[in-house]
Amino acid sequence: MTPYEKLKTVRRSDRPTARDYLDLLFEDRVDLCGDRRFGDDTAITAGIGTLDGVPVTYLATEKGRDLQERMRNQFGCPKPEGYRKAIRLMRQSEKFGRPVVCLVDTLGAYCGAEAEERGQGEAIAESILTLSGLKTPTLSLVIGEGGSGGALALCTTDRVYMLENACYSVISPEGCASILWKDSSRVSDAADALHITAQDMLQFGVAEQIFDEDFKHFPAMCKTIRRQMADDLKLLSTFSLEQLLENRYNRFRKFGIFEEGGVMHGTAL
Amino acid sequence: MQLPFFSKKSSEKPREDLICKQCKATVPAKDAVKNRFICPSCGAYLTMTPQDRLHLVADKDSFTAFRDELKSVNFLHFPGYSEKLEKAVTATGEPDAVVCGTAAIDGTPCALFLMDTRFIMASMGSVVGERITRTFEYATAHRLPVVGFAASGGARMQEGIVSLMQMAKVSAAVQRHAAQRLLYISVLTNPTTGGVTASFAMQGDLILAEPGATVGFAGRRVVEQTTKTALPEGFQSAEFVRDHGFIDKIVPRDALRDTLATLLRLHAPRNGGIA
Repeated sequence: MTPYEKLKTVRRSDRPTARDYLDLLFEDRVDLCGDRRFGDDTAITAGIGTLDGVPVTYLATEKGRDLQERMRNQFGCPKPEGYRKAIRLMRQSEKFGRPVVCLVDTLGAYCGAEAEERGQGEAIAESILTLSGLKTPTLSLVIGEGGSGGALALCTTDRVYMLENACYSVISPEGCASILWKDSSRVSDAADALHITAQDMLQFGVAEQIFDEDFKHFPAMCKTIRRQMADDLKLLSTFSLEQLLENRYNRFRKFGIFEEGGVMHGTAL
Repeated sequence: MQLPFFSKKSSEKPREDLICKQCKATVPAKDAVKNRFICPSCGAYLTMTPQDRLHLVADKDSFTAFRDELKSVNFLHFPGYSEKLEKAVTATGEPDAVVCGTAAIDGTPCALFLMDTRFIMASMGSVVGERITRTFEYATAHRLPVVGFAASGGARMQEGIVSLMQMAKVSAAVQRHAAQRLLYISVLTNPTTGGVTASFAMQGDLILAEPGATVGFAGRRVVEQTTKTALPEGFQSAEFVRDHGFIDKIVPRDALRDTLATLLRLHAPRNGGIA
């Protein structure tokens, strides 16, 4: 499949949504609502549950399972209050020493007028900042689209996993084609140029691991994911807090491909 | 951590005349400086280069640029990016869209970063992200406040996912600076949008903005398409964003230096206080 075909695949409405994964990854789930500031955004499903017996906080962008849900959830594009709910629960997870597990499937943060009025940029900035220094292990899994800052807000984590067809991009190929070439028919070219596939992410070090997709055996697929998450949380919990935060800092500090004094930093394609 | 070396930049080029975007008047460089980069004919704010900005706010000859030899690379072989870079380097005489260093503002030392919209709309790629990150790291190591002048079209899409990661990289450095209880003043200038708004521009302890500057996350056209209605005049203006609670203060250009000086002084380490 070409990058754009992959993107179209993960956008299909018959794919499992975040809640289908939550049902199989976590037990004893209690969903929690609200940012305690303005409202509750159902585009982010959040709560507490156990992963292989360990209590964790989960934060998931939810596209919705039917049209009504999709419309209520802005098709999975979170509003500022969604990110602020996530931030509230991140801080809570730190208080109780729970790891955070994020599931991401979003075209990006919601772009409506009310989102701008309520500080969409500030909400994302605060979410990234909070995860950067959060004193508990953090994981994220991109199950479909990882759209720009709206996805990064939940992906500034110790480990990032992706499904084999999942994509992660600074801008949608549609947006890129329209801005750069004023030509929406060149979406496929934009998808190629942007390098958005899970395999690209592995190469750039943006993701650590890719999981095979096998929706015919969805419970088994989720079991594999759950095992890996549990193993990684076990490993991350052996680090001292200083080491955990140092490793997370370095994980993001390394990003950048440039020349310095004629010497390349990072690997060009 | 690798610290940048200091060097004095002595390549002072003669200033070119400025053209007011609003009334199209040609403003001789000398008058622009004297009038603090406000158009003498119509009062509109002229586009400032980082050097102009330093001239406006920093103490005379106090600025020392961080010396590095960073250079952007078209590592994705993105169509047209190499040419865009070349053009921008030629037009600005700078290797990328941000200038960083240390200076004093009315005697208070600080680290600064100043973004340059003439360079691919000050979009943030690897070099911009790296320079701003190093600025925060330097300020953390030397216990300096940071004053940042944000202006950007957002992440530099020609660098793909690596440009998105700059938001996380800079944010992590801001977080470490903040954890040391050091001051970061973010000044939003026209325009501050996209991934820069959604990261370090909105992470200041204090967020100031210039009058009328566009400040937002999504572009106006994108918002209109999403909302399917025309937006009112002044939507995403600095005043609009302040009225919605996300900017501390709008500061006119001719008061910027004094406001920064006062805020920096108010945060000076106190004897017997908490260091």
